[in-house]
Parts: sequence; structure tokens; C-alpha cells
Amino acid sequence: MREITYAEAIREAMSEEMRRDTGVLLLGEDIGTYGGAFGVSRGMIEEFGEKRIRETPISEAAIVGAAAGAAMTGLRPIVELMFSDFITLAMDQLVNQAAKNRYQFGGQGSVPMVVRAPSGSGKGAAAQHSQSIEAWCCHVPGLKVVVPSTPYDAKGLLKSSIRDNNPVVFFEQKLLYPVIGEVPEKEFSEDHLIPLGKADIKKEGADLSIITYGRMVHLSLAAAERLHSLGIKVEVVDLRTLVPLDSKTIIDSAKKTGKVLVVHEAVKTGGFGGELVSTIVDSEAFCSLTSPVKRLCGYDVPIPYNKNLEAYAVPTEESIYKTVLGMMQR
Amino acid sequence: MHLTNTVLLELYSKMRQTREFEEMAVKLFAQGKVHGTAHFCIGEEAAGIGVGHALDQDDYILQTHRGHHQAIGKGINLNHMMAELLGKESGCCKGKGGSMHIADFSVGSLGANGIVGGGLPLSVGAALTQQYLGKNAVTVCFFGDGAANEGSFHESLNLASIWKLPVLFVCINNQYGMSTHISKSMNIDDISIRAASYNMKGLSLDGNDVVLVYKETLKAKEYVKKHGPMLMVLHTYRLLGHSKSDAQVYRAKEEVKSWRKKDPILLFRKYLLTEKKIPETVLKQLEDQAAQDILNALAFAESSPEPMAEKLFEDIFAD
Repeated sequence: MREITYAEAIREAMSEEMRRDTGVLLLGEDIGTYGGAFGVSRGMIEEFGEKRIRETPISEAAIVGAAAGAAMTGLRPIVELMFSDFITLAMDQLVNQAAKNRYQFGGQGSVPMVVRAPSGSGKGAAAQHSQSIEAWCCHVPGLKVVVPSTPYDAKGLLKSSIRDNNPVVFFEQKLLYPVIGEVPEKEFSEDHLIPLGKADIKKEGADLSIITYGRMVHLSLAAAERLHSLGIKVEVVDLRTLVPLDSKTIIDSAKKTGKVLVVHEAVKTGGFGGELVSTIVDSEAFCSLTSPVKRLCGYDVPIPYNKNLEAYAVPTEESIYKTVLGMMQR
Repeated sequence: MHLTNTVLLELYSKMRQTREFEEMAVKLFAQGKVHGTAHFCIGEEAAGIGVGHALDQDDYILQTHRGHHQAIGKGINLNHMMAELLGKESGCCKGKGGSMHIADFSVGSLGANGIVGGGLPLSVGAALTQQYLGKNAVTVCFFGDGAANEGSFHESLNLASIWKLPVLFVCINNQYGMSTHISKSMNIDDISIRAASYNMKGLSLDGNDVVLVYKETLKAKEYVKKHGPMLMVLHTYRLLGHSKSDAQVYRAKEEVKSWRKKDPILLFRKYLLTEKKIPETVLKQLEDQAAQDILNALAFAESSPEPMAEKLFEDIFAD
């Protein structure tokens, strides 16, 4: 299979869906000739023109709200927010409008839109451009939340998200954009749809389960490789989507290994990890547990600018490795 | 522009229906028959009806939380709106929305909004769809004087202006944001001057004159189809309090009294009698019919079932 980057996979997904459905359009800041802050939409304006690659002023509430209004009336917009942190500026439109629309109007309409949101730390962008705020969105009934880890998943999940009839927040961790991975050739890609709500076991193992998503999947896999040489067989479960959540795969994995480590980059307090731990201890998997379920998350701090401090704020391959080792030595 | 008697009487009829609906709602709240809250538009009927009635089936509206007149103007089914107020399964939103979220997509009502200024960005999107698909239709976004101070007002007018979208922004200036008079919330008298900031046409009208509002909306509709968005400010007055519970200690009784003399329904009735020489019996008949329509709506609503518990989980997500 050929290999492309995560950013290219996202661009392919958008372009293919735009060719397939003329109702799909992209809205965002600097997404035209500039190609978007991270170059994800580069070249798309040449193919689709200004009518469908719609550059906007710096008006996040209007961008997300206009997308919701367009979605309510028959289009299928994709919004590129420059940084996921800017969801704060569009929170009313996302939370009170897009997410509530169908329910509060008794199912009269639907809001098929995707908000693509570059997230996470690691670029020295400091406190207002580095957050991982996916848990906020998970707390709003009516929103779907997707956090892909690989180019393969990013493409398949984005195509499904665009075709989904609900508002989807699609978190793209910025450090993943240049990551290369296998993605089916274009001629087979029409079928490359990954359903929302289906986790993927990225590595099977019998001794301990790491439940994670996004960039932390890669760090967990790297740690699992090293642990393998010590004879510790770690299973890495990539959730892919947080809403809907594939509880069954999480519970089955916990039952199988009896030891669970939940890993995410977002800060620990109020993070989605708490929900994952509850999913396990509320289930029959509780009786299979042989040690306490642990969380390894970002510290409860804003992301700092300094490179060393920034790296220290979130889990690393090393901290995952050590935490698993500690759990296995109990 | 000459309006036929048919149109004039349709306008009168809808205004009377609105007034009857509102008075019934006030009564139902007083009797404790309704759970929740509602915001009444008594005194503002000319604005909502004058605009709504001038629109076509394919046009969209987005209403405010004080928007019963706006929905009636666009042609919402009264039974379904009353049932929604009572939270019934047969309500336009199946009892999930209530007064603040009245919507009927089948007549182009894309919903009332509980967030002040919340509908403005949505209206830009609805108009984007109309433009994108080449439809010969407009979107009307209703909002209040209070919403004109929200950031969404600025962002939405700016975006609609850049993209030359067919949106008619209709500000119903009833002079109060809950208890705060506009003199305390902005340093201008006429909100329509803000249109200039977006290189947009702004118009300021007597919002209690239904004939004027109707005629100007017909013109504005054609204007926005050709030239892009426009801001129309309708000056009126909220004769009742903010919501069902409001002692109105923030304004003088004389002020309210003086505006009661400018009640848009009284003014319009007088106009129909004296200027248009419509016989009083004809008006009386429409008034009786409007009252009966609301009684029928109430009977429909009261006889409708409450939603079953399992409906709690319906319509969170679309398939």
C-alpha cells in the first residue's frame, strides 16, 4: 500500500467527498491560496474554486454558525478552525445551536457539518494554541467527537464524518500532520470509510491494556514495543471516536488483560479519561481487574512555551513505559 | 404601492390571532397551566406580522425568544404552536422546545432562539445555502435591540456583507433588554446607522405601522436578492414585562400608558375603519374568528397527549 501523510489523508478525504457531493464545501480562515495554517487545504482552491473553498474573516462564531445554518438548510459544510482552542470563540454556535438544533426542534432538521480542529501541544505555541479540549465537546449531547491517530484512520473517519448527518468535531493533533502511514490507493478510496463508534486494537496483548486515542496511540505503541522485549505484552486500544464511544471493545480488552492504563494528552481533571475509567469499573470487567485502573494524562497546567516545560506537561513514551512497568511490578 | 383589502385583512387577522394567542398564554401561565416560561410580544405585533406576511413559502425566518408574532406571520400552524407551549407531543417541536424554540421547518421557520443574537450566524448560513443553490429566496433574521450589542451581530453582518448574501436583518427594537433600556446599553438612538459599518443599507421604521412594515419588507426582499444584505430596524415597544414574572419596577407606568395609545392593533383597526372604510362588522367577524382559532388551538393542545418517557432519547442524533 502507498504511504501518505496525515495532512494529505485529510486533504484527500475532503477532496473526494467534494467531488462526490456538490453540497460539500469548506469554510475557514486562510484556507485558499495560503492553504490553511497547516497547509492541509493546499491546492484545493485550484480544483474547487472560491465558491466551495470559502475564505472567511477572523470570525469564528460566524464561521461555525454559518456552517450550522447552511447545514440546516441542505449543504454539508466543513469548517477548518485554525486552532481547536478557537472553539471557545464559537462555543455558542457549536454548543447551543448546532448540537441542540435537532433535539430542541423535535427532530425537524439535522445539522450535517464537520468542525476540523487542530489540537494539542508540541509546537511551542503556548497556552492559547496547544490545548486538548475534546472532553468539553464530549459533554454536549448532540455532538460527535472524533480523534484519529493515523493517516489511514484520518481519511476513513473524515469521509464518514462528512457523510454523517450530525455535527462532528474532528480533532487533528498538529504533531500528527507530517506523520506518514499506509492509506489505500485513490481508486479504492471511495470505499475507505471507517464507521464512527468503532475502536481499533492497534496492537494485541494479554498482559495490560492501554486505552488511548490520537497522538498518544503512537507513543503507547512505541512504549509497548520496548515492553515487549521485557516480555510484557501490552494491548493498545485506539478509540478513534470518543462520541460515540465503543464501550464494548474497552470492556472486552479490560476483561482480557485485567490491567488498564488510560492515556491522554488532555489535562487529567475533568478529562475524558475519567469517563473511560468509569466505563470499565461500571462494567463486568471490574471483576476481572487484578490491579487499580490508572490514568496517565496531561498535568493540570496550561501548556507552557519553553520546550522542556512543554514536553514535561504531557505524557511521553518514557512516562507511559515507566507507568506500565510500575503497574506490572505491583 | 397599493395593498388590496384582502391583504390588509389577512394582516389584521394574523395580528389579532397573535394578540389572542399571547393573552391566552398569559392567562395559562397565571392559572399555572403551563410549565416553564414565555416572552410576550404584545405591542410588537405589527413588526412580526408585517415582515412575516410579506415573505414567500421558500423564504426562511429565524425568530427570537419573543417570537410568537414572527412565527404566525410566516404562517405557522396555531394548533401546533399552542401544543408546543403546553409541551405536548403534538407540538411543532414535540414538546421538546417550548415557547423559546418554536420552529416549523415546513413553513420556513428555522426556529426561535433562546440565546440573544444566537440566530444571526445561522441566518448567514441559511442565506449562503440560498445563494449557493441559486434559489430566488431570502432569509430574514429577527433579533432584538439587545442582540445588536452581541459580537455575533458584528460578525454576521460583516460576513453577510462580504458574501452579498440575501439576508434581511430585522431588528425589533422594543427598547428593553429585559430591564435595561437601550439608552443604557448603547450610545446611539438609531441602530440602523450601524449598517454603514458594513457598507450595507440601513432603514429605520415605525414598527407599529403594519402597512409600512409590510410594504417596506416587500421592497427589502427584492433589494436583498439583488444587492445583498440589509438592516431594517423596527421601532416598537414591549407592553408587557420581560417574561411571565416581571414586576416592571424599572420603568414608569406613564411610559407604558403612552405606548398603549400607540398599540399597533388599535392603530391599524382605526386605519381600516376610517381610511379604508372597512365595515366594523367585518373586523368584528375577524376578531371573533381569531379568538375562536385560539380556543380551538387550546382545545387541540389540551386534548393532545404528553410525550412518553422514551421520547427523552429521541432526536439527539440524526441517522
